[in-house]
Amino acid sequence: MELSGKKVIAIGERDGVQGTSIGNCARSAGATVVLEMTHCFV
Amino acid sequence: MGNAIMRPVITGARYFLTHCSGLMRYGSKPAREISRKPALLGEIASHLRTHEQSIGYAPNRVFLGSMHPDELRSIPRPWYSRNEAAERRQPHGEVMPEEEFYGILKLSDDFDLLWLEESFLAGVREALSRHPLIDASELDRLGDGTAAAAIEKQTADAAKALPLHLPDGRLVGCVNRAHDEDDALTAPVILENLACKGSAAMALRTLLHDGQLDPGGIDYVINCGEEAVGERYQRGGGNLAKAIGEMCGLDNATGSDLKAFCCGPVHALVMAASLVSAGVFRRVAVVAGCSLAKLGMKFQSHLAAQQPIIEDTLAAVAILVGPDDGVNPILRLDSIGRHNIGAGSSQQAIFEKLIAEPLRRCGLRFEQIDKYATELHNPEATEPSGSGDVPARNYRLIGALAALRNEIDRSDIQRFAETHGMPGFSPTQGHIASAVPFLGQAVDLLRDGRMQRAMFLAKGSLFLGRMTQMSDGMSFILERNEPCG
Repeated sequence: MELSGKKVIAIGERDGVQGTSIGNCARSAGATVVLEMTHCFV
Repeated sequence: MGNAIMRPVITGARYFLTHCSGLMRYGSKPAREISRKPALLGEIASHLRTHEQSIGYAPNRVFLGSMHPDELRSIPRPWYSRNEAAERRQPHGEVMPEEEFYGILKLSDDFDLLWLEESFLAGVREALSRHPLIDASELDRLGDGTAAAAIEKQTADAAKALPLHLPDGRLVGCVNRAHDEDDALTAPVILENLACKGSAAMALRTLLHDGQLDPGGIDYVINCGEEAVGERYQRGGGNLAKAIGEMCGLDNATGSDLKAFCCGPVHALVMAASLVSAGVFRRVAVVAGCSLAKLGMKFQSHLAAQQPIIEDTLAAVAILVGPDDGVNPILRLDSIGRHNIGAGSSQQAIFEKLIAEPLRRCGLRFEQIDKYATELHNPEATEPSGSGDVPARNYRLIGALAALRNEIDRSDIQRFAETHGMPGFSPTQGHIASAVPFLGQAVDLLRDGRMQRAMFLAKGSLFLGRMTQMSDGMSFILERNEPCG
Protein backbone atom coordinates (compact mmCIF):
# COMPACT_ATOMS: atom_id res chain seq x y z
CA MET A 1 0.00 0.00 0.00
CA GLU A 2 1.36 3.43 -0.94
CA LEU A 3 0.96 5.78 2.03
CA SER A 4 3.18 8.64 0.89
CA GLY A 5 1.17 11.87 0.75
CA LYS A 6 -1.94 10.20 2.19
CA LYS A 7 -3.81 11.22 5.32
CA VAL A 8 -4.17 8.48 7.91
CA ILE A 9 -6.49 7.86 10.84
CA ALA A 10 -4.67 5.49 13.21
CA ILE A 11 -6.95 3.66 15.63
CA GLY A 12 -5.20 1.11 17.79
CA GLU A 13 -6.37 -1.39 20.37
CA ARG A 14 -5.26 -2.05 23.93
CA ASP A 15 -4.93 -5.82 23.38
CA GLY A 16 -3.52 -5.45 19.88
CA VAL A 17 -1.42 -2.74 18.27
CA GLN A 18 -1.41 0.68 19.93
CA GLY A 19 -2.51 3.75 17.96
CA THR A 20 0.86 5.42 18.50
CA SER A 21 2.63 2.45 16.88
CA ILE A 22 0.32 2.52 13.86
CA GLY A 23 0.79 6.28 13.59
CA ASN A 24 4.57 5.99 13.71
CA CYS A 25 4.54 3.33 10.99
CA ALA A 26 2.30 5.49 8.79
CA ARG A 27 4.52 8.55 9.32
CA SER A 28 7.64 6.60 8.45
CA ALA A 29 5.94 5.63 5.19
CA GLY A 30 5.34 9.30 4.36
CA ALA A 31 1.72 9.68 5.50
CA THR A 32 0.26 12.53 7.50
CA VAL A 33 -1.44 11.19 10.61
CA VAL A 34 -4.52 13.34 11.22
CA LEU A 35 -5.87 11.34 14.17
CA GLU A 36 -4.12 8.86 16.39
CA MET A 37 -5.75 7.11 19.30
CA THR A 38 -5.94 3.82 21.14
CA HIS A 39 -9.16 2.24 22.30
CA CYS A 40 -10.02 -0.48 24.73
CA PHE A 41 -12.69 -2.75 23.32
CA VAL A 42 -13.43 -4.58 26.53
CA MET B 1 15.11 -8.83 66.62
CA GLY B 2 15.17 -10.96 63.49
CA ASN B 3 15.03 -9.61 59.96
CA ALA B 4 12.85 -12.35 58.49
CA ILE B 5 10.44 -11.02 55.86
CA MET B 6 6.85 -12.02 56.49
CA ARG B 7 5.53 -13.92 53.48
CA PRO B 8 2.04 -12.69 52.52
CA VAL B 9 -0.64 -15.21 51.56
CA ILE B 10 -4.00 -14.92 49.86
CA THR B 11 -6.44 -16.63 52.15
CA GLY B 12 -9.40 -16.49 49.82
CA ALA B 13 -11.31 -14.69 47.12
CA ARG B 14 -15.05 -14.43 46.78
CA TYR B 15 -17.30 -12.97 44.13
CA PHE B 16 -20.71 -11.45 43.70
CA LEU B 17 -22.85 -11.41 40.58
CA THR B 18 -26.21 -9.79 40.15
CA HIS B 19 -28.36 -10.22 37.09
CA CYS B 20 -29.57 -6.69 36.29
CA SER B 21 -31.42 -6.54 33.00
CA GLY B 22 -33.73 -3.75 34.26
CA LEU B 23 -30.72 -1.57 34.99
CA MET B 24 -29.23 -2.30 31.59
CA ARG B 25 -30.85 0.85 30.19
CA TYR B 26 -28.42 2.81 32.39
CA GLY B 27 -25.32 1.21 31.00
CA SER B 28 -23.37 3.94 29.20
CA LYS B 29 -23.92 2.59 25.69
CA PRO B 30 -27.60 1.65 26.04
CA ALA B 31 -28.41 4.99 27.73
CA ARG B 32 -26.84 6.95 24.88
CA GLU B 33 -28.46 4.91 22.14
CA ILE B 34 -31.90 4.75 23.78
CA SER B 35 -31.94 8.54 24.10
CA ARG B 36 -31.40 8.72 20.34
CA LYS B 37 -33.82 5.93 19.48
CA PRO B 38 -36.35 5.11 22.25
CA ALA B 39 -37.68 2.11 20.31
CA LEU B 40 -34.46 0.31 21.22
CA LEU B 41 -35.90 -0.33 24.67
CA GLY B 42 -38.34 -2.79 23.13
CA GLU B 43 -35.59 -4.52 21.14
CA ILE B 44 -33.48 -4.81 24.27
CA ALA B 45 -36.41 -6.20 26.24
CA SER B 46 -36.85 -9.00 23.70
CA HIS B 47 -33.20 -10.08 24.05
CA LEU B 48 -32.93 -10.29 27.83
CA ARG B 49 -32.13 -13.39 29.83
CA THR B 50 -33.84 -14.48 33.02
CA HIS B 51 -32.19 -14.75 36.42
CA GLU B 52 -32.37 -18.55 36.16
CA GLN B 53 -30.62 -18.48 32.78
CA SER B 54 -27.90 -16.29 34.25
CA ILE B 55 -27.39 -18.73 37.14
CA GLY B 56 -27.06 -21.68 34.77
CA TYR B 57 -24.85 -19.91 32.24
CA ALA B 58 -21.57 -21.83 32.08
CA PRO B 59 -19.22 -18.79 32.17
CA ASN B 60 -21.02 -17.53 35.29
CA ARG B 61 -20.69 -20.97 36.90
CA VAL B 62 -16.95 -20.84 36.21
CA PHE B 63 -16.80 -17.31 37.66
CA LEU B 64 -18.44 -18.58 40.85
CA GLY B 65 -16.23 -21.65 41.16
CA SER B 66 -18.65 -24.40 40.14
CA MET B 67 -16.50 -25.40 37.17
CA HIS B 68 -12.82 -25.13 36.24
CA PRO B 69 -12.33 -22.68 33.34
CA ASP B 70 -10.91 -25.47 31.15
CA GLU B 71 -14.24 -27.29 31.36
CA LEU B 72 -15.65 -24.61 29.06
CA ARG B 73 -13.62 -26.15 26.24
CA SER B 74 -15.87 -29.21 26.28
CA ILE B 75 -19.09 -27.19 26.08
CA PRO B 76 -19.99 -26.35 22.49
CA ARG B 77 -20.73 -22.72 21.71
CA PRO B 78 -22.95 -20.85 22.00
CA TRP B 79 -22.80 -21.32 25.74
CA TYR B 80 -25.94 -19.23 26.24
CA SER B 81 -27.99 -21.95 24.59
CA ARG B 82 -26.71 -24.63 26.99
CA ASN B 83 -27.62 -23.42 30.44
CA GLU B 84 -27.51 -26.08 33.13
CA ALA B 85 -29.70 -26.20 36.20
CA ALA B 86 -27.68 -24.65 39.01
CA GLU B 87 -28.11 -23.18 42.45
CA ARG B 88 -28.06 -19.44 43.00
CA ARG B 89 -25.34 -19.84 45.66
CA GLN B 90 -22.26 -21.50 44.23
CA PRO B 91 -18.85 -22.27 45.80
CA HIS B 92 -17.40 -18.76 45.44
CA GLY B 93 -20.48 -16.56 45.48
CA GLU B 94 -24.03 -16.02 44.28
CA VAL B 95 -26.04 -14.61 41.41
CA MET B 96 -28.47 -12.24 43.09
CA PRO B 97 -31.73 -11.36 41.34
CA GLU B 98 -32.21 -7.70 40.44
CA GLU B 99 -35.12 -7.15 42.83
CA GLU B 100 -32.93 -8.03 45.81
CA PHE B 101 -30.06 -5.95 44.46
CA TYR B 102 -32.35 -2.92 44.54
CA GLY B 103 -32.62 -3.67 48.27
CA ILE B 104 -28.82 -3.82 48.53
CA LEU B 105 -28.66 -0.42 46.81
CA LYS B 106 -31.10 0.90 49.40
CA LEU B 107 -28.96 -0.49 52.23
CA SER B 108 -25.93 1.18 50.63
CA ASP B 109 -27.66 4.56 50.62
CA ASP B 110 -26.97 6.65 53.74
CA PHE B 111 -28.61 9.81 52.35
CA ASP B 112 -32.09 8.63 51.33
CA LEU B 113 -31.32 9.24 47.70
CA LEU B 114 -32.78 5.96 46.49
CA TRP B 115 -36.51 5.48 46.88
CA LEU B 116 -38.28 2.16 46.41
CA GLU B 117 -42.03 1.85 45.96
CA GLU B 118 -43.87 0.53 49.05
CA SER B 119 -45.28 -2.75 47.74
CA PHE B 120 -42.13 -3.54 45.79
CA LEU B 121 -40.03 -2.88 48.88
CA ALA B 122 -42.23 -5.21 50.92
CA GLY B 123 -41.36 -8.01 48.49
CA VAL B 124 -37.68 -7.11 48.59
CA ARG B 125 -37.71 -7.16 52.40
CA GLU B 126 -39.34 -10.58 52.37
CA ALA B 127 -36.73 -11.93 49.93
CA LEU B 128 -33.79 -10.43 51.80
CA SER B 129 -35.09 -11.79 55.11
CA ARG B 130 -34.05 -15.22 53.80
CA HIS B 131 -30.60 -14.05 52.72
CA PRO B 132 -27.85 -15.40 55.00
CA LEU B 133 -25.75 -12.24 54.66
CA ILE B 134 -28.49 -9.75 55.61
CA ASP B 135 -29.42 -9.35 59.25
CA ALA B 136 -32.71 -8.28 60.80
CA SER B 137 -31.58 -4.77 61.70
CA GLU B 138 -30.87 -4.12 58.06
CA LEU B 139 -34.40 -5.15 57.14
CA ASP B 140 -35.61 -2.40 59.47
CA ARG B 141 -33.27 0.07 57.82
CA LEU B 142 -34.97 -0.56 54.49
CA GLY B 143 -37.86 1.51 55.83
CA ASP B 144 -41.44 1.47 54.56
CA GLY B 145 -40.83 2.67 51.04
CA THR B 146 -42.21 5.56 49.03
CA ALA B 147 -45.70 5.98 47.57
CA ALA B 148 -45.93 5.21 43.86
CA ALA B 149 -47.42 8.65 43.22
CA ALA B 150 -44.43 10.37 44.82
CA ILE B 151 -42.01 8.37 42.67
CA GLU B 152 -43.98 9.17 39.53
CA LYS B 153 -43.98 12.86 40.43
CA GLN B 154 -40.25 12.84 41.18
CA THR B 155 -39.30 11.07 37.95
CA ALA B 156 -41.47 13.36 35.83
CA ASP B 157 -38.51 15.76 35.90
CA ALA B 158 -35.60 13.90 34.35
CA ALA B 159 -33.13 16.35 35.87
CA LYS B 160 -34.23 15.46 39.39
CA ALA B 161 -34.40 11.69 39.44
CA LEU B 162 -33.63 8.55 37.48
CA PRO B 163 -36.50 6.03 37.39
CA LEU B 164 -35.73 2.43 38.37
CA HIS B 165 -37.50 -0.29 36.41
CA LEU B 166 -37.78 -4.03 36.30
CA PRO B 167 -37.15 -5.74 32.96
CA ASP B 168 -40.90 -5.72 32.21
CA GLY B 169 -40.89 -1.93 32.47
CA ARG B 170 -42.57 -1.71 35.88
CA LEU B 171 -41.51 1.46 37.75
CA VAL B 172 -40.31 0.37 41.20
CA GLY B 173 -38.32 3.34 42.45
CA CYS B 174 -35.98 6.16 41.61
CA VAL B 175 -32.56 7.59 42.39
CA ASN B 176 -32.49 11.30 43.17
CA ARG B 177 -29.68 13.66 42.36
CA ALA B 178 -27.83 14.68 45.50
CA HIS B 179 -27.28 18.35 44.62
CA ASP B 180 -29.15 20.69 42.30
CA GLU B 181 -26.09 22.08 40.56
CA ASP B 182 -23.29 19.57 41.07
CA ASP B 183 -22.55 17.42 38.02
CA ALA B 184 -20.54 15.04 40.21
CA LEU B 185 -23.68 14.20 42.21
CA THR B 186 -26.27 13.62 39.49
CA ALA B 187 -28.66 10.69 39.78
CA PRO B 188 -26.74 8.49 37.26
CA VAL B 189 -23.50 9.07 39.16
CA ILE B 190 -25.14 8.26 42.50
CA LEU B 191 -26.63 5.08 41.01
CA GLU B 192 -23.26 3.95 39.65
CA ASN B 193 -21.55 4.61 42.96
CA LEU B 194 -24.22 2.90 45.03
CA ALA B 195 -24.01 -0.14 42.75
CA CYS B 196 -20.24 -0.23 43.11
CA LYS B 197 -20.47 0.09 46.90
CA GLY B 198 -23.27 -2.43 47.38
CA SER B 199 -21.84 -5.10 45.09
CA ALA B 200 -18.38 -4.83 46.67
CA ALA B 201 -19.92 -5.07 50.13
CA MET B 202 -21.77 -8.25 49.14
CA ALA B 203 -18.55 -9.81 47.80
CA LEU B 204 -16.76 -8.89 51.04
CA ARG B 205 -19.60 -10.25 53.18
CA THR B 206 -19.39 -13.52 51.22
CA LEU B 207 -15.64 -13.68 51.86
CA LEU B 208 -16.11 -13.04 55.60
CA HIS B 209 -18.93 -15.57 55.83
CA ASP B 210 -17.21 -18.39 53.95
CA GLY B 211 -13.91 -17.86 55.72
CA GLN B 212 -15.62 -17.59 59.12
CA LEU B 213 -13.60 -14.42 59.55
CA ASP B 214 -14.01 -11.85 62.29
CA PRO B 215 -14.70 -8.50 60.57
CA GLY B 216 -12.91 -6.82 63.46
CA GLY B 217 -9.72 -8.69 62.56
CA ILE B 218 -9.25 -6.83 59.29
CA ASP B 219 -7.02 -3.78 59.57
CA TYR B 220 -7.22 -2.16 56.17
CA VAL B 221 -9.37 -2.15 53.03
CA ILE B 222 -8.17 -1.22 49.57
CA ASN B 223 -10.92 -0.53 47.07
CA CYS B 224 -9.85 -0.75 43.45
CA GLY B 225 -13.22 -0.28 41.76
CA GLU B 226 -13.22 2.25 38.95
CA GLU B 227 -16.02 4.58 40.04
CA ALA B 228 -15.25 8.19 40.96
CA VAL B 229 -16.83 9.12 44.30
CA GLY B 230 -16.82 12.78 45.29
CA GLU B 231 -18.42 16.13 44.59
CA ARG B 232 -17.51 18.96 42.28
CA TYR B 233 -14.54 20.20 44.27
CA GLN B 234 -12.94 16.74 44.44
CA ARG B 235 -14.55 14.61 41.74
CA GLY B 236 -13.09 11.18 42.37
CA GLY B 237 -12.08 12.10 45.93
CA GLY B 238 -12.68 8.50 46.81
CA ASN B 239 -12.33 6.26 49.81
CA LEU B 240 -15.23 4.10 48.88
CA ALA B 241 -13.11 1.47 50.65
CA LYS B 242 -14.08 2.80 54.03
CA ALA B 243 -17.78 2.97 53.11
CA ILE B 244 -17.64 -0.67 51.97
CA GLY B 245 -15.83 -1.66 55.17
CA GLU B 246 -18.50 0.12 57.21
CA MET B 247 -21.22 -1.91 55.48
CA CYS B 248 -19.41 -5.09 56.46
CA GLY B 249 -18.72 -4.29 60.11
CA LEU B 250 -14.97 -3.79 59.74
CA ASP B 251 -14.94 -1.51 62.77
CA ASN B 252 -11.18 -1.75 63.32
CA ALA B 253 -10.21 -1.05 59.74
CA THR B 254 -9.55 2.03 57.73
CA GLY B 255 -8.87 2.08 54.04
CA SER B 256 -8.33 3.92 50.80
CA ASP B 257 -8.96 3.64 47.09
CA LEU B 258 -6.39 2.67 44.53
CA LYS B 259 -7.09 3.64 40.93
CA ALA B 260 -5.35 2.06 37.98
CA PHE B 261 -8.09 1.28 35.44
CA CYS B 262 -8.40 -2.48 34.83
CA CYS B 263 -4.99 -2.99 36.39
CA GLY B 264 -6.27 -1.76 39.77
CA PRO B 265 -6.86 -5.14 41.43
CA VAL B 266 -3.35 -6.42 40.70
CA HIS B 267 -1.79 -3.16 41.93
CA ALA B 268 -4.00 -3.38 45.03
CA LEU B 269 -2.97 -6.96 45.77
CA VAL B 270 0.71 -6.06 45.48
CA MET B 271 0.16 -3.12 47.86
CA ALA B 272 -1.84 -5.27 50.28
CA ALA B 273 0.80 -8.00 50.27
CA SER B 274 3.52 -5.41 50.86
CA LEU B 275 1.66 -3.90 53.82
CA VAL B 276 1.26 -7.36 55.36
CA SER B 277 4.86 -8.32 54.64
CA ALA B 278 6.14 -5.13 56.22
CA GLY B 279 4.05 -5.75 59.31
CA VAL B 280 2.16 -2.48 58.90
CA PHE B 281 -1.16 -4.35 58.84
CA ARG B 282 -1.90 -7.98 59.60
CA ARG B 283 -4.92 -8.51 57.37
CA VAL B 284 -5.83 -6.40 54.34
CA ALA B 285 -8.98 -6.82 52.27
CA VAL B 286 -8.91 -5.88 48.59
CA VAL B 287 -12.36 -5.10 47.21
CA ALA B 288 -13.70 -4.03 43.84
CA GLY B 289 -17.31 -3.27 43.05
CA CYS B 290 -19.13 -3.47 39.77
CA SER B 291 -19.13 -1.19 36.75
CA LEU B 292 -22.74 -0.30 36.00
CA ALA B 293 -21.61 1.77 32.99
CA LYS B 294 -20.54 -1.44 31.26
CA LEU B 295 -23.98 -3.07 31.31
CA GLY B 296 -25.01 -3.72 27.72
CA MET B 297 -21.74 -2.25 26.45
CA LYS B 298 -21.93 -4.27 23.22
CA PHE B 299 -25.70 -4.72 23.11
CA GLN B 300 -26.04 -3.55 19.51
CA SER B 301 -23.82 -6.33 18.21
CA HIS B 302 -25.70 -8.85 20.33
CA LEU B 303 -29.00 -7.65 18.85
CA ALA B 304 -27.51 -7.86 15.36
CA ALA B 305 -26.33 -11.42 16.07
CA GLN B 306 -29.79 -12.36 17.33
CA GLN B 307 -28.34 -13.55 20.62
CA PRO B 308 -29.20 -12.65 24.21
CA ILE B 309 -27.51 -9.52 25.52
CA ILE B 310 -24.74 -11.14 27.50
CA GLU B 311 -23.67 -8.02 29.40
CA ASP B 312 -26.60 -8.20 31.80
CA THR B 313 -24.61 -9.02 34.92
CA LEU B 314 -22.79 -6.83 37.42
CA ALA B 315 -19.75 -8.36 39.13
CA ALA B 316 -17.66 -7.67 42.22
CA VAL B 317 -14.75 -9.31 44.01
CA ALA B 318 -13.24 -9.37 47.51
CA ILE B 319 -9.86 -10.87 48.40
CA LEU B 320 -8.13 -11.25 51.75
CA VAL B 321 -4.36 -10.96 52.15
CA GLY B 322 -2.79 -12.07 55.41
CA PRO B 323 0.45 -13.29 56.99
CA ASP B 324 1.93 -16.70 56.16
CA ASP B 325 -0.25 -19.39 57.70
CA GLY B 326 1.59 -22.35 56.22
CA VAL B 327 -1.48 -23.31 54.20
CA ASN B 328 -2.58 -20.64 51.77
CA PRO B 329 -0.63 -19.68 48.63
CA ILE B 330 2.17 -17.15 48.83
CA LEU B 331 2.04 -13.95 46.85
CA ARG B 332 5.72 -13.79 45.91
CA LEU B 333 6.89 -10.24 46.39
CA ASP B 334 10.08 -11.07 44.52
CA SER B 335 8.01 -11.85 41.42
CA ILE B 336 6.32 -8.51 40.79
CA GLY B 337 6.25 -7.51 37.16
CA ARG B 338 5.64 -3.89 36.36
CA HIS B 339 5.22 -1.94 33.19
CA ASN B 340 7.54 0.96 33.92
CA ILE B 341 7.08 4.37 32.32
CA GLY B 342 10.00 4.02 29.96
CA ALA B 343 9.11 0.54 28.74
CA GLY B 344 7.04 1.49 25.69
CA SER B 345 3.46 0.45 25.08
CA SER B 346 3.74 -2.28 22.47
CA GLN B 347 2.24 -5.61 23.49
CA GLN B 348 5.66 -7.22 23.32
CA ALA B 349 7.14 -4.57 25.62
CA ILE B 350 4.29 -4.96 28.09
CA PHE B 351 4.48 -8.75 28.22
CA GLU B 352 8.27 -8.63 28.43
CA LYS B 353 7.95 -6.54 31.58
CA LEU B 354 5.02 -8.44 33.08
CA ILE B 355 6.09 -11.99 32.30
CA ALA B 356 9.58 -12.56 30.90
CA GLU B 357 11.42 -10.26 33.29
CA PRO B 358 9.89 -11.57 36.55
CA LEU B 359 10.31 -15.17 35.37
CA ARG B 360 13.97 -14.53 34.69
CA ARG B 361 14.37 -12.87 38.10
CA CYS B 362 12.76 -15.87 39.82
CA GLY B 363 14.74 -18.42 37.83
CA LEU B 364 11.59 -19.85 36.27
CA ARG B 365 10.73 -20.92 32.75
CA PHE B 366 7.47 -20.03 31.01
CA GLU B 367 6.17 -23.58 31.36
CA GLN B 368 6.77 -23.64 35.11
CA ILE B 369 3.75 -21.39 35.50
CA ASP B 370 0.78 -23.78 35.49
CA LYS B 371 -1.75 -21.12 34.55
CA TYR B 372 -1.52 -17.51 33.43
CA ALA B 373 -4.53 -15.43 34.43
CA THR B 374 -4.80 -12.42 32.17
CA GLU B 375 -7.72 -10.59 30.57
CA LEU B 376 -10.48 -13.16 31.08
CA HIS B 377 -13.38 -11.56 29.23
CA ASN B 378 -16.07 -13.91 28.01
CA PRO B 379 -15.67 -14.18 24.21
CA GLU B 380 -19.40 -14.61 23.82
CA ALA B 381 -19.70 -10.95 24.84
CA THR B 382 -16.85 -9.62 22.72
CA GLU B 383 -16.84 -11.63 19.50
CA PRO B 384 -20.13 -10.36 18.03
CA SER B 385 -18.78 -6.79 18.06
CA GLY B 386 -15.59 -7.77 16.28
CA SER B 387 -13.38 -7.48 19.37
CA GLY B 388 -12.49 -11.15 19.05
CA ASP B 389 -11.48 -13.62 21.74
CA VAL B 390 -9.36 -11.38 23.97
CA PRO B 391 -7.98 -14.07 26.32
CA ALA B 392 -7.04 -16.35 23.40
CA ARG B 393 -5.18 -13.49 21.74
CA ASN B 394 -3.28 -12.74 24.94
CA TYR B 395 -2.35 -16.40 25.46
CA ARG B 396 -1.02 -16.74 21.91
CA LEU B 397 1.13 -13.68 22.56
CA ILE B 398 2.50 -15.19 25.78
CA GLY B 399 3.23 -18.40 23.87
CA ALA B 400 4.95 -16.40 21.14
CA LEU B 401 7.13 -14.72 23.77
CA ALA B 402 8.08 -18.17 25.11
CA ALA B 403 8.97 -19.23 21.57
CA LEU B 404 10.98 -16.05 21.02
CA ARG B 405 13.03 -17.02 24.05
CA ASN B 406 13.50 -20.53 22.68
CA GLU B 407 11.68 -22.05 25.63
CA ILE B 408 9.13 -23.69 23.37
CA ASP B 409 9.07 -24.45 19.67
CA ARG B 410 7.07 -22.13 17.41
CA SER B 411 4.83 -25.04 16.50
CA ASP B 412 3.97 -25.38 20.19
CA ILE B 413 2.46 -21.93 20.65
CA GLN B 414 -1.14 -23.12 20.35
CA ARG B 415 -0.51 -26.05 22.71
CA PHE B 416 1.13 -23.66 25.19
CA ALA B 417 -1.84 -21.29 24.96
CA GLU B 418 -4.32 -24.08 25.67
CA THR B 419 -2.30 -25.69 28.46
CA HIS B 420 -1.23 -22.57 30.30
CA GLY B 421 -4.17 -20.36 29.40
CA MET B 422 -7.89 -20.75 29.83
CA PRO B 423 -11.07 -19.76 27.99
CA GLY B 424 -12.50 -16.38 28.95
CA PHE B 425 -15.46 -16.51 31.29
CA SER B 426 -15.73 -13.17 33.07
CA PRO B 427 -18.48 -10.61 32.60
CA THR B 428 -17.02 -7.64 30.72
CA GLN B 429 -16.81 -5.57 33.89
CA GLY B 430 -13.45 -3.91 33.25
CA HIS B 431 -11.18 -4.24 36.26
CA ILE B 432 -13.14 -7.27 37.51
CA ALA B 433 -12.32 -9.24 34.35
CA SER B 434 -8.57 -8.66 34.57
CA ALA B 435 -6.79 -11.68 36.06
CA VAL B 436 -8.65 -11.79 39.40
CA PRO B 437 -11.59 -13.95 38.24
CA PHE B 438 -9.23 -16.95 38.45
CA LEU B 439 -7.93 -16.07 41.90
CA GLY B 440 -10.59 -17.94 43.90
CA GLN B 441 -10.01 -21.15 41.96
CA ALA B 442 -6.23 -20.68 42.06
CA VAL B 443 -6.26 -20.45 45.86
CA ASP B 444 -8.18 -23.75 46.03
CA LEU B 445 -5.95 -25.48 43.47
CA LEU B 446 -2.71 -24.29 45.05
CA ARG B 447 -3.88 -25.13 48.53
CA ASP B 448 -4.64 -28.77 47.74
CA GLY B 449 -1.63 -29.31 45.47
CA ARG B 450 -3.36 -29.49 42.09
CA MET B 451 -1.28 -26.54 40.95
CA GLN B 452 2.19 -25.30 41.88
CA ARG B 453 2.07 -21.70 40.73
CA ALA B 454 0.00 -19.24 38.71
CA MET B 455 0.79 -15.82 37.35
CA PHE B 456 -1.73 -12.99 37.49
CA LEU B 457 -1.25 -10.14 35.06
CA ALA B 458 -3.46 -7.23 34.19
CA LYS B 459 -3.29 -4.33 31.79
CA GLY B 460 -4.72 -0.86 32.19
CA SER B 461 -5.89 1.49 29.44
CA LEU B 462 -4.59 4.75 30.87
CA PHE B 463 -4.99 6.51 27.54
CA LEU B 464 -8.78 6.41 27.92
CA GLY B 465 -8.56 9.25 30.46
CA ARG B 466 -6.69 11.42 27.90
CA MET B 467 -3.88 12.31 30.31
CA THR B 468 -1.27 10.08 28.70
CA GLN B 469 -0.90 7.79 25.71
CA MET B 470 0.55 5.12 27.98
CA SER B 471 -0.81 1.73 28.94
CA ASP B 472 -0.14 0.11 32.27
CA GLY B 473 0.48 -3.39 33.53
CA MET B 474 1.27 -5.27 36.71
CA SER B 475 1.79 -8.94 37.57
CA PHE B 476 2.66 -11.35 40.36
CA ILE B 477 3.18 -15.05 40.90
CA LEU B 478 1.02 -16.91 43.39
CA GLU B 479 2.75 -20.06 44.61
CA ARG B 480 1.86 -23.13 46.63
CA ASN B 481 2.84 -22.67 50.24
CA GLU B 482 5.95 -24.71 50.94
CA PRO B 483 8.04 -24.32 54.08
CA CYS B 484 10.92 -21.85 53.70
CA GLY B 485 14.10 -23.76 53.18
